[in-house]
Formats: sequence, structure tokens, C-alpha cells
Amino acid sequence: MNNHTKININNVNLSIGKQHILKNINVEIPEKKITVILGPSGCGKTTLLKCLNRLTDSYEDINVSGNIFINNKDILKSNGDITELRKKMGLLSQRPYPLPMSIYDNVAYGLKISGRKKKRFLNKRVEHYLKQASLWEETYDRLKEPASSLSIGQQQRLCLARGLAVDPEIILADEPTSALDPLSSQAIEEKFIHLKQYYTIVLVTHILRQAKRIADNIVFMYLGEVIEQGPAESFFNNPKMEKTKAYLSGAFN
Amino acid sequence: MMIKRKKIEEKIFKVLMVLATMTIAFALMLIIYSILYKGLPSLSWEMISQTPKGGFYFGKEGGILNAIIGSLYLSIGATFLAFIVGLPVALYINVHLVKRKKIVNAIRFFLDLLWGVPSIVYGAFGFSLMIYMGIRTSLLAGIITVAFLIIPIMIRAMDEVFKEVPRGLMEAAFSLGSTKSETAYKIFFRQCVPGVITAILLSLGRGIGDAASVMFTTGYTDHIPTSLTQPTATLPLSIFFQLSSPIPEVQNRAYASALVLTIIILIISLSARMISGKYQKNKINF
Amino acid sequence: MSIKPGRNIRNRFHNIWMLICILLIVLMPVILAFGLYFKASLLLSDNSVFSLLFSKDWQPSKQNFGFYSFILSSLWITILSLAICAPVCLLSAIYLTQYARSNVLKLMHPVIDILAGIPSVIYGVWGIIVIVPLIANHIAPLFDVETSGYTIIAGAIVLAIMIIPFVLNILIEVFNTIPEQLTEASLSLGASKWETIKFVLFRKAFPGIISAFGLGLSRAFGETIAVLMVVGNVVKVPKGIFQPGYPLPALIANNYGEMMSIPMYDSALMMAALILFVVVLLFNFASRFAITRFELRI
Repeated sequence: MNNHTKININNVNLSIGKQHILKNINVEIPEKKITVILGPSGCGKTTLLKCLNRLTDSYEDINVSGNIFINNKDILKSNGDITELRKKMGLLSQRPYPLPMSIYDNVAYGLKISGRKKKRFLNKRVEHYLKQASLWEETYDRLKEPASSLSIGQQQRLCLARGLAVDPEIILADEPTSALDPLSSQAIEEKFIHLKQYYTIVLVTHILRQAKRIADNIVFMYLGEVIEQGPAESFFNNPKMEKTKAYLSGAFN
Repeated sequence: MMIKRKKIEEKIFKVLMVLATMTIAFALMLIIYSILYKGLPSLSWEMISQTPKGGFYFGKEGGILNAIIGSLYLSIGATFLAFIVGLPVALYINVHLVKRKKIVNAIRFFLDLLWGVPSIVYGAFGFSLMIYMGIRTSLLAGIITVAFLIIPIMIRAMDEVFKEVPRGLMEAAFSLGSTKSETAYKIFFRQCVPGVITAILLSLGRGIGDAASVMFTTGYTDHIPTSLTQPTATLPLSIFFQLSSPIPEVQNRAYASALVLTIIILIISLSARMISGKYQKNKINF
Repeated sequence: MSIKPGRNIRNRFHNIWMLICILLIVLMPVILAFGLYFKASLLLSDNSVFSLLFSKDWQPSKQNFGFYSFILSSLWITILSLAICAPVCLLSAIYLTQYARSNVLKLMHPVIDILAGIPSVIYGVWGIIVIVPLIANHIAPLFDVETSGYTIIAGAIVLAIMIIPFVLNILIEVFNTIPEQLTEASLSLGASKWETIKFVLFRKAFPGIISAFGLGLSRAFGETIAVLMVVGNVVKVPKGIFQPGYPLPALIANNYGEMMSIPMYDSALMMAALILFVVVLLFNFASRFAITRFELRI
């Protein structure tokens, strides 16, 4: 088993204005596993996720301190090309947000942006990633149609294909099934279990059962703090902290 | 290489964007500055406290009090009329029709269309209506025409305010046994008084400033009207007429009149801003 | 709970009054159109619509009413003003919604509000003080043209500034309705901020942008006093931007005094108002319709 640490979050504090949102976060995320960040809504899960690919940059009055090492490089300190960093991570958000263009162009977007414009190359890649997101069968004959013509479940898989197409190492997913019907949710979850052999997956959710189904590793957050983290098995069967026990027994949600 | 070119492109556009934004701010400052620069030297107490005396339009004594008062009468009258018609409509679409989304949207669409109709069209229409009904140019005809012009503005402004009233408040009122009309006037209206005042001020400003619609309907006179059936002067028209005079003194007084009108408009729009700013702070959240 | 009779009557009264008012509002465009048509129909019964719209012959005393030069003036001024206003508004809207810090926006909001509130006659005065001499003394000489400054271009510039707050406000709203997550999606695919704006936001906002310009256009088309004051008002088919023009609204406003003394003149002016009304209504309708569709799609 591969037990490399892919992401190492070290003493991260984040505040917006006077609001202290993340407090002394220390988390290790192992490579090629599904790490689930679990916790009730409003505990800072999504914000932590956004720190990882520095989407936090676009907020005003935001203050981030500490270190986040990805492949042993501190991404909070690096002043290098931020687009390179972001390309290493695919993002899947709560609702699918297809880009306002065709299905084909959605997948090809990231490649085109980084200068890969050869038609044949693009065709191959688009097909490959649509297949990887299990969307090829449904869309191969309508690639030129606008992405908004797909169903929501299909759109979310398209967003996955689009994210995979930039060849990331990490997939960040922010409650990716919250807008989907149960069947589409199941499809996405199965996809994740399949994909973890290639990618490091960080998934944010507040659904306890979803975490139980797919997590290898759990980070439990509450009110901006990490309460407990570790392998899923010991987390669910043998929680150490009082708050974890309370959460698992359904005391707050 | 490519990355560098992309960066340069973004830089250039960013500079253009800042320039465009600065141009807009600069235009406002230039307008206010040039009106002040030209108008201030001719502005005097006499100008705003007297009606035109004999020979006023040849540069002799007098002031534009007739136009100031006329404009105030006209716009207050029109705003009052528009309020009487507009408030029920704004309330109706937000209380009675709250479940009929389609009808509400259609009415809003209609209002937005009406908002776009140029004021000169209202003026021309008002004029032909006047002829048809056998009324002469008068304060009343002007008030009706301007009211038509500002009704859509007023309704949409109030509508935006009422839209924000939480649904829960309405349901609470219904469950206490209030009828729809009572809920509308006692709950919605009271909850939104500051917003409604802002809407009224907005319409008032519009009414004072509009010239094209009153050109046909109010006539023009040197006297302050004492009844609704008399013609009246208005500030925009007084500026317009004085400016078309070849005599420099009269032109200068046009600039001063323009300054008076600008100040009135600024006071109205700033107080509307202050009230709506305060209103947002005091709004009850459910 | 029983309702007291007094309360009942009051309710009835309120409901009826509300309905009357609504009916009045909904019927208003119809009444307007009918009223104008009623007056214009006299002219229309003697002349065909085609000859009225495309004849250059304007001699009211001889009963010749050709609107061509007025229509063309209106088109020149309107389109030119949009050409000036559109890039400025678009750039500024993108800046204010995507790049500017919130305190810049706080500063610009009152600026836009005040610009929107300034009466049209003040814009006209400003045009006479600043724009007309600027064109006569500085801009026209650059092109080797001699002019008094009262020209189509002067009208267009004044008009452009007038519709900026209107168009800019709509554009800001259009860009603000685009969900932030769409931007984030593009950014996380490795696009830079500018690429995101160019390829994603601009495309998403495109129908909204077109509607905003359409609304600006129709606002400009009907604007009267400010344009009238700086545009020269000479009945002639304009051949260039440094020539005087005579747009439709100015025609109506300038001649209302004598329209009752020449036969058919009033009918001709109402016809001009009807043209304005129809054009503006159509443009408004198309733009508003497009913008509603745009909001629904998001």
C-alpha cells in the first residue's frame, strides 16, 4: 500500500475581516486515497478546500497564514504561476456549473487554454475523458450541443471529465452529489472509488453515510477546527473525542 | 512566450478598464464643475427670490422664483398622483398576486416597457388628450402628464422594496386573521416606509428634471400659479428659454438657473441615498 | 373570526381601487398608441406610410411631410452615441464586477446614481458649455472641418454620457447574476482571470450585454432636450458627423408652438411621436425579452 502524504496542511489559520474561519488546521492527506472532510454545514470545510487551490485569492480582506505543502512545496508561499498549481487539481462543486459552450469544448477548455490546439489530439483526449467519466456513451453523437442541454447528473459527470482533462493529481470535490438524484449520486461515488487508484481525492461532505461508503481517511471538522482525523475504520468504530462520538450518534447536524 | 503575451493582453485591458471607469467619474465631475463655474457668478439671492420683472428677458431685474415654485408644484402634484395609483399596484402584485408568478412577471415586464417610453411621447400624448378634452395648458395638465411619466418608475422602485419583505411575515399576518388589503397596507407598507420614501424621492427628482413632457402641457408664465387651471413655468423650460436668448446676461442667468436645478436634484438624490442606506441597516431579518 | 361590516367595505374599496389602477397601467401603452394614432391618422389617410418615411421633402406650409432626414438624423446620433458608450460601459462593468475592490464600487455607486439623476436639460447646458466649443475649436479642426460645433457628434457625445449610467447599471447587474462558481470552475481548470472573463463570463453574459445595449439604444432614440440643445436643428439629410442634424424628438419639441396654426402640422408631429413610440417600444420589448430569458437560463 502506498502511504505517501500528498498534502500536508500545517497550522493554517484563515480569517475574513474579523471572522476567524479556520483555526489552527493541521491535516495530512495521503496520496491516492479518498480523504473525506466531514462536518456539519458552516464548519469551514469548503473554505479549507478552496485554500488548497488558492481560490481564496479572489476574496477581499482575507487573511491566510500557515503552510500547505503539496508535493513538499508550500503553495501558500509560492509566487509562481498560480494557474499551474490549479491545473494540478480538478474541482467538482456542489452544483454542476458547465461552461457556456458545447459539451466538447467543455472538456477541451483546459487543454486549449494551455495551448494544446491540435484537432486530432483534442478529439482523442475528449473521448478518453468522457469515457473515464462514463459519459461517452450518452454524448458521443451530440458533442456539439451546448452543455446546458444535459441533465444535472450528466452535467456533473461532464464537470468531472472537464476536471480530469487537465491531467490533475488531485481531485477536490465539494459536496458533489448534493444537487443530484440518488442514482446519479451513486454513479459519482462509484466513479470516485474507481478513480482513487490514479488520483488523490479530497471530498467534502456533511452526509455521514456517504463518508462511511467511500472514505479511506476522515478529517472531522467542527466550528473551524479539526476535531479528529485518521483512517475511516478507526474513526467510525473507535472515535476518541467526545464531539466525534456525539456527531456520530446524530446529536448535531 | 505565450504566457507572457497573455499577461500583456490582460494588463492592457486592465488599464483600459480603469481608464473607462475613471472617464465616467471624470464626466460627472466635469459636469458639476462646469455648471458651477458658469452658474455661480450670476447666482444671487434676487434670482431665487423674485419672479421676472419687466424686461427680465432682456437682462433686466427679476428672478426665476416662478419657475422654481412651478417645478415644485408640478413635481409634488405629479408624485402625489403617481403615488395614489402606484402604491396599490405595487402592493397588489406583491400581496394579492404573490402566488401568480406569471402574471406578476408580465406586469413587471409591462412596467419596464412603459419606463422606456420617451418623455416627449408622453408630452405629445398629453397634448392631444388636452385638445381632445378641451383643457388649456395648465398646471393640472402638466401634473397629469408627468404623473403618467413617473408612475412606472415609482411602481418599479416600490416593487423592488416590497419584493424583499419576507414571505413569513405575510403568512404570519394572514394567520392572525388579517385580510389581504390589511396585510398590504398595515404590514408591507409600514415595514417598508423608508424604501417607499426613497421611491417617492426618485420620482420627485424625475418629475422636477423632465422638460420634454411639460413643454406641451404646462405653458409658460411669469407668475406663480394660484390654481390648478393656470399655466405655470418650470425650471428646465426656464433654463431652455433663457439659454436660447442672444443676450449674454440672460444666458448667464440660464447657467445660474441650471445650477439651482442641479442643486435641487443633488439634494433629492443624496437624501434618497441616505434614507435607503439607513433602511438597509435597520431592516429586520427573518 | 367574523369580519366587521366597516372593515368589509374598506376591504372591498381597496381591492377595487387596486384593480382599477392595475388595469390603467396595463392599458396605458394601448391608450398611448391609440391616442397618437388617432391624431396621426389624418396624415396617414392622405399619404402612404412609405412616402412619409422615405421622402426628404419637408415643407409643412405646402403640406409636404417627409420624415426621412429626421429619421436619418435620429439614427446617426443614436448609433454613434451607443458606439461611444458601449465600450466604456462594458470595460467599466467588467472592472467594477471582476477586478475592483469593494470600496471602489462603493465610490462609483453614487457617481452612477447622480449621473442617472441629472436632468436632461442640464446635460444640454453642459454640452453647450463644454462639448460644442470643444468640437468647434479642437476636434473639427483636426479633420479640417469648420463648424459651429452644433453637430451630430456633439449630440452623440452628450447622449453617450447620458445613457452611460443606465447601460452601466444593467451591465453590472448582468455580470453579478453570473454565479461565482462558474468563475471558480474556469480558474481551477488553469485559466487565468482574464481568460476566464474572455472565454466564459463574456460568453455567458453575451445575451445580457446585447439587451443592455438595446435598452441604451432605445433610451437614446427618444431623448429630447439635451440633444436638441446641441445638435443644430437643420432640416437636411446629414452627410457626416460634423454636420448639424435634426432628430425626431427635436422636431416635435421645436415646433409644438406653431403646430396648431398650420393645417396637418399637428398630425405630422403626432406621427413623429408615434414613430418614436413604436420604435422605442419594439426595441425595449426585444431587449427586455432577451434579458428575461437570460436571467431564466442562469
